[in-house]
Amino acid sequence: MNSIDVELDNPPTYDRSMALTGQPPVTMSWKQKLAVLIGMFGLSIVLLAAFNLSFPNKSFWFSVAMLSIVSGTVWFAWEAYMHKHPGIKNDGVWFKSVSSLGFWGWIVGIALTGFYIVLYFYPEYLGLVKDGDNKGIIALFDPLSRILSGNPASQWFVYGTLYTVGILAFGIKFLWKYRHNRYERIRTFSVMFFQLSFAFLIPEFMARLNGHKVVDGGNIPYLDLKLMWPLNYYNFESYRIKGFLSSGNIGFAMLIFSILLIFVISPILTYKYGKRWYCSWVCGCGALAETVGDPFRQLSDKSLRAWKIERWVIHSVVVFVTLMTTAVIYSYLGNDSSKYWLTKTTFLIGVAVLLTTIFALVMLFKRDEFKKDAKFGAIGYFIIIMALIAFHFFSNDGHVFLFKSGTLRKTYSFLIGSIFSGVIGTGFYPILGNRPWCRFGCPMAAILGFQQRLFSKFRITTNGGQCISCGNCSTYCEMGIDVRAYAQKGENIVRSSCVGCGICSAVCPRGVLKLENGPLKGRIDSNQVLLGNDVDLMKLVNSK
Amino acid sequence: MVYDKFLYLVTTHSLTKNCEMDTIVIIGNGIAGVSAARHIRKLSDKRIIIVSAETDYFFSRTALMYVYMGHMKFEHTQPYENWFWKKNRIELVKAYVSKVDTSKKELILDGSEILAYDKLILATGSKPNKFGWPGQDLPGVQGLYSKQDLDLMEINAPNKNVCKRAVIVGGGLIGIEMAEMLRTRDIPVTFLVREKSFWNGVLPDGESAMISEHILDHHIDLRLGTNLKAIVPDENGRAKSIIVEETGEEIACDLVGLTAGVSPNIDFLKDSGIELGRGIKVNRYLETNIPDIYAIGDCAEQHEGIGNRRPIEAVWYTGRMMGETVAQTICGNRIQYKPGHWFNSAKFLDIEYQTYGWVFSKRGRKDYEAHFHWRHPSENICITVAFHKESEQFLGINTFGIRMRHEVFDRWLTEERNVDHIMEHLADANFDPEFYRHHEKDILAKYNLDNGKSIRPKKKSLKRIFV
Repeated sequence: MNSIDVELDNPPTYDRSMALTGQPPVTMSWKQKLAVLIGMFGLSIVLLAAFNLSFPNKSFWFSVAMLSIVSGTVWFAWEAYMHKHPGIKNDGVWFKSVSSLGFWGWIVGIALTGFYIVLYFYPEYLGLVKDGDNKGIIALFDPLSRILSGNPASQWFVYGTLYTVGILAFGIKFLWKYRHNRYERIRTFSVMFFQLSFAFLIPEFMARLNGHKVVDGGNIPYLDLKLMWPLNYYNFESYRIKGFLSSGNIGFAMLIFSILLIFVISPILTYKYGKRWYCSWVCGCGALAETVGDPFRQLSDKSLRAWKIERWVIHSVVVFVTLMTTAVIYSYLGNDSSKYWLTKTTFLIGVAVLLTTIFALVMLFKRDEFKKDAKFGAIGYFIIIMALIAFHFFSNDGHVFLFKSGTLRKTYSFLIGSIFSGVIGTGFYPILGNRPWCRFGCPMAAILGFQQRLFSKFRITTNGGQCISCGNCSTYCEMGIDVRAYAQKGENIVRSSCVGCGICSAVCPRGVLKLENGPLKGRIDSNQVLLGNDVDLMKLVNSK
Repeated sequence: MVYDKFLYLVTTHSLTKNCEMDTIVIIGNGIAGVSAARHIRKLSDKRIIIVSAETDYFFSRTALMYVYMGHMKFEHTQPYENWFWKKNRIELVKAYVSKVDTSKKELILDGSEILAYDKLILATGSKPNKFGWPGQDLPGVQGLYSKQDLDLMEINAPNKNVCKRAVIVGGGLIGIEMAEMLRTRDIPVTFLVREKSFWNGVLPDGESAMISEHILDHHIDLRLGTNLKAIVPDENGRAKSIIVEETGEEIACDLVGLTAGVSPNIDFLKDSGIELGRGIKVNRYLETNIPDIYAIGDCAEQHEGIGNRRPIEAVWYTGRMMGETVAQTICGNRIQYKPGHWFNSAKFLDIEYQTYGWVFSKRGRKDYEAHFHWRHPSENICITVAFHKESEQFLGINTFGIRMRHEVFDRWLTEERNVDHIMEHLADANFDPEFYRHHEKDILAKYNLDNGKSIRPKKKSLKRIFV
């Protein structure tokens, strides 16, 4: 062995300690450092407010804080990307501590997680005061809230504002990062628009309508129009239904729209475009993941084991939300069909018929597309739901599904609505990648994914034999799909979890992947159609 | 290195005469060897052993650059999880094959261990070319091919303080990759290219010019028409500078990258009796002159190039296809290696390149070959279409900054379409992401102008694309 071989017995890796002292591509320019300081200054104003430092002019300091956060982020992004040629900007992603599970990654993760715990469970630390004027952070946000809805802020208004500001600021960063890619740019404009208008401004304005004669003096419940069940699992609860029905034609139209959204509109759109129309073009969770969460997309687990866990967990959440919603609606319906056509019994039968129909149709026409464990899972869960419904019918003890509907509702709201979607779903961005909620938890994503896998024109087409198995696509898939496993075999990628963000296609150095909507025939190639070989060999290879 | 755990592998092949229980030994765990192993496993229950001295597991060689650039970790370049090999009963041996004894059907591993085989597949890949430059073996001088080369680069050029300048010699695909890698760490790069324009032995002039401009745009000190004379050592015997042949200029540097192509990695076979040329000579069945020994991938050399292809093809997908082919032959279905229409792709810094069919450079241009070239007025986008002067049959296309659909071009080439048909239906072949701006109209306007035609572009048709 010569001297070089001896040195290589311990293969070197990138020197992280060196990286901290600022070697490219990790190093930041002084302008970027200043930009970070400005952003941090904005955040620290908000933080100081938490310690009840009373700001003399709240509107002023609030504006300063938000402006600092936005301008710091935007200036940082400008310095990061705009002096370089348009193209893929992943240099040093795995060297930077924050984006490679390093020290700063964990710090950000812990900070975010802490924020969510306070937000969901200890809003008083944010300054929420029952029956009194807000203090602290929430008070800082009061002026804006009054301008928009006329009411004082709540912890949810604070969260919504920060959320929207984050999406807009990091959205601009993303737009510059992918400025060579029109799919990414248009998609990002779309999520920024839907967040700002549908999720943030319109519901605040709608609150102004409450009690107004336009809505017959009723109270429309707080509603993000683009949000649909089961993502807003609470939408069909008694107080909301009452709110809708009290608000004249507008309220009624909104209720009808909510129902159409999940049963009619979303299946049609998903059929035509795949679930991406929602998950990466409209959804607020997706918007945050694609903008603020973008630096962490490479951290999602690509192993087969993770995929197995994902399928069991996410489909269990769907079953949970279905049972919970059924129980909640059931709990407030009446028994007398002469008062209202929808009674406890008709409703339960309706649910049973609907689920049975879907189950039967899928098992009849699509069973070949399920692997063994998926079949077991589907059949198992179907039997459990039906057994619970039947059990209720025969026992007839006030509440459905063994537990009180209120208990189910509270458990779901705590476990899934708060812990999963918030604390883990966003707090763990720097640990699990930017879509842990969308991948493991979101029942909406599971339902749309089910449609996407079985009834949709969407696929990611693999370009013949061009794949070189480099692994960029799999590395940067936020949903943990091993894209390369399909591409290197010449197979199209048709996966229920794919949100159609388009990054696999963007980072591919060989132009192998294209998101598109095409005919159903030949959409899922289980054959290894590798162009380049002559036809005889391909026949042999495919015949297995 | 520890051999103990592999001792059980020293088996006698006489133990099992049953053909199904043949022991297949594959030297090399690159794409060719691994494809062969995977397909043999699909088709049979034979015992499969892969020997490699490079790494424990198969990885994608083409992705090494992304590890240095921080886009990926080395693990990400491994297409299969580590449990894959055991599950598919593919045994992996990390050892260097010192010798092949074809009469005893044995390999000598690391100079001492013996590994017997019934059938042997040589898939040893390539090594960087060295053309006898003075100083070419000094520390600080390296190629970029293996995992070891990547590790070496982290030693020679971890950052811009240790490596104040790098000189790259040889203007091909690996050279430009190496330049791109070094630039991500802000290391100044001087790029010596023998040709008058970058890669113009392969690319037509217009394209070569565009790439040359792009290299300069990336602040790479591109020296065209420049050769290396010698590499100069410092007092410790490490490379400290290079001398330019043409001018005698001395350029101080801490890393010299030798990227003037690759050649088959076959030194260990010299006295084996296996027929060698530049590579391991094989027939169309990928068989060598010795029974039960096959060669595939970069190291295999056809007696004659197939079609317009070269006898040695160091290309990712040909390695994969040879692996698939040899697996059929070994499992009792002896078939020829028949690569279809030529295609390939690459990326030059930010510009993607794809090619389907044959488009030759000025140097290699056939006398019947006519070209149509279009370049975007402001962006780094261009295409060149080759067609037959008399018959106007479409021969091939190069695209830069536009992705094309392999399946469609493969079909057009098989159907021997007229070039007008291709120009008319260009939208069908576009593979750019959705919402990208299309250029078919501009391309066709120029085509009509150049050739005095009046073809109108057809709209994209899903029916035609997905027949």
